[in-house]
Amino acid sequence: MSTINKAAAQLTATLISNKRIGAYHQLIFSVGDVVRHCRPGNFIAIQVGGDSSRMVLRRAFAISRTSESAQFGGTVELIVAPHGSGSKWLCSLSEGAEVDVVTPLGKAFGIPTEPVNALLIGGGYGSAPLFGLADLLKSRGCKVDMVLGASVGSKIYAPMEGKRSVNSLKIFTEDGSMGETGRVTSQLAEIIAERGVEIIYSCGPMAMLKAITDIATTLGVMHQASVEESMACGIGICMTCVLPVRGDDGNISMKRSCIDGPVMDGASVCWDLVGKSTELLG
Amino acid sequence: MSSQNVDISTTLGNAWFPAPIFTASGCASSGKELAQFFPLREIGAVVTKSVMNKPRHGRPTPRMAETPSGMLNSIGLQGPGIDAFLANDVPWLLAQNARVIVSIAGETADEYAVLARKLRSTPGISAIEVNISCPNVENRGLVFATDRDTSCRVIDGVRKVIGGEIPILAKLTPDVTNIADVARGVIDSGADGLALINTVLGMVINLDTMRPHLGGKTGGLSGPAIRPIAVRAIYQVREALPNVPILGMGGVSTGRDALELILAGASGVSVGTASFGNPTAIINIQRELQELLAQRGFTSLKQAIGYAHRA
Repeated sequence: MSTINKAAAQLTATLISNKRIGAYHQLIFSVGDVVRHCRPGNFIAIQVGGDSSRMVLRRAFAISRTSESAQFGGTVELIVAPHGSGSKWLCSLSEGAEVDVVTPLGKAFGIPTEPVNALLIGGGYGSAPLFGLADLLKSRGCKVDMVLGASVGSKIYAPMEGKRSVNSLKIFTEDGSMGETGRVTSQLAEIIAERGVEIIYSCGPMAMLKAITDIATTLGVMHQASVEESMACGIGICMTCVLPVRGDDGNISMKRSCIDGPVMDGASVCWDLVGKSTELLG
Repeated sequence: MSSQNVDISTTLGNAWFPAPIFTASGCASSGKELAQFFPLREIGAVVTKSVMNKPRHGRPTPRMAETPSGMLNSIGLQGPGIDAFLANDVPWLLAQNARVIVSIAGETADEYAVLARKLRSTPGISAIEVNISCPNVENRGLVFATDRDTSCRVIDGVRKVIGGEIPILAKLTPDVTNIADVARGVIDSGADGLALINTVLGMVINLDTMRPHLGGKTGGLSGPAIRPIAVRAIYQVREALPNVPILGMGGVSTGRDALELILAGASGVSVGTASFGNPTAIINIQRELQELLAQRGFTSLKQAIGYAHRA
């Protein structure tokens, strides 16, 4: 049975930068030494709304990058879409604001022990954690290609500096406002064949992860998917963020995406059963 | 006086606890995760997630909706089943020197008795919470605690198995016309104490889909939004049954809130939803409570229990 990330700690983080990038905000928080335990795929859970907030639950965000500097110590970068009341509050914070955070949480992306050809696929701001992952994979000698997709161009997150670890970057938008018209899966089979892809890492909406899994499974390519399921606690105690996952024994059980994920073996997730009556699980 | 000198120990039936703040069932799993943030032995007890006889998947997602100062949950008693729970979770908790209150839930009165029989032969358990009020079951008719007679049948069956060695706490729902009446019934049937309150049944409709948001349609409302309901229920039951110990819960997120429930009549206080927002909430609340008691001149927690009822 999986356990909570052993490095998870609660601390006060200071916002040191808040910039708008397209449809998103890039938030950089100073978090101190805990940054050394943050791996690509891990997430952070942040208290929102201030002391008199009527929002009682934390908000979870993937950590997109980490760094350490003499001036700010350890920092984490988050890419946040100001969508709901909690993320809007967060994006409205000024530099110097302090927030209560718990991090690092969740299972990180697994890194191959040998150099392989990796394909990173991101949907919308789901691309954020893939750039830190690309750096890490490249430092291990992997060839890293990337495919990003979104409904419109303003929802593509692809920072200039993030592209340096990437061998190639292909962008798809559903309205054709950036890159090619289509979805990340539109040419996936061809890309896998052309580039000799041995492992896929993905992060984005559930429907995208399912579509990638279908193609990856057919072609026999490993697929690590970072799932997004709404969480109340982020630390494994509320049982709300569960997904039906098939274990090694063949049995399906409801796994917590905050503890057993967010990174999961795409082929083990029963995507068709997500949100369906659990009586179908047997 | 210094807050360290306030005696915060408490009792529920014949079970003694060195501290009065507990986890709430269903809000701490089996304690392993919270143990990363504070030593479990420092709080009163870990009340474990209600466990059933067989493993259970629970309800489909979405299982959660945040609401103003609260949330709805619709977990549906997902769990490993009593056998795996007793083999793995209880020994681990006891190894942490934590006190353990095991919460049980069944679909039938017989299932509760079966669970009680398995607990009887497990050493080290401080008390049993009989959850007869989980709102997240397939059939609303299964909420035993909305009916006095079915509640009594369940408690009677558990009492026959347990004898006097472990206190039995009956967990009740506030979703009834007269909670004191149900409380009196389960006490007459052999419960040693009461756990008040379970979540309040609610619903959120999603404006995108224009359907109920939760996979299970209805869910249990928890958090500060329901705290006044908890205070009211505890006060009413304490008034009707002044000698019955109450483990209070419902929206407690500060020491002030915990003291409010204690003044209403609770001997101990469980913290649930607050732990979702803050993993160290429980230990903070316990420290704040001790300070508030000292500021008001109480030398022990016991003096404050039910103090709001004084003439």
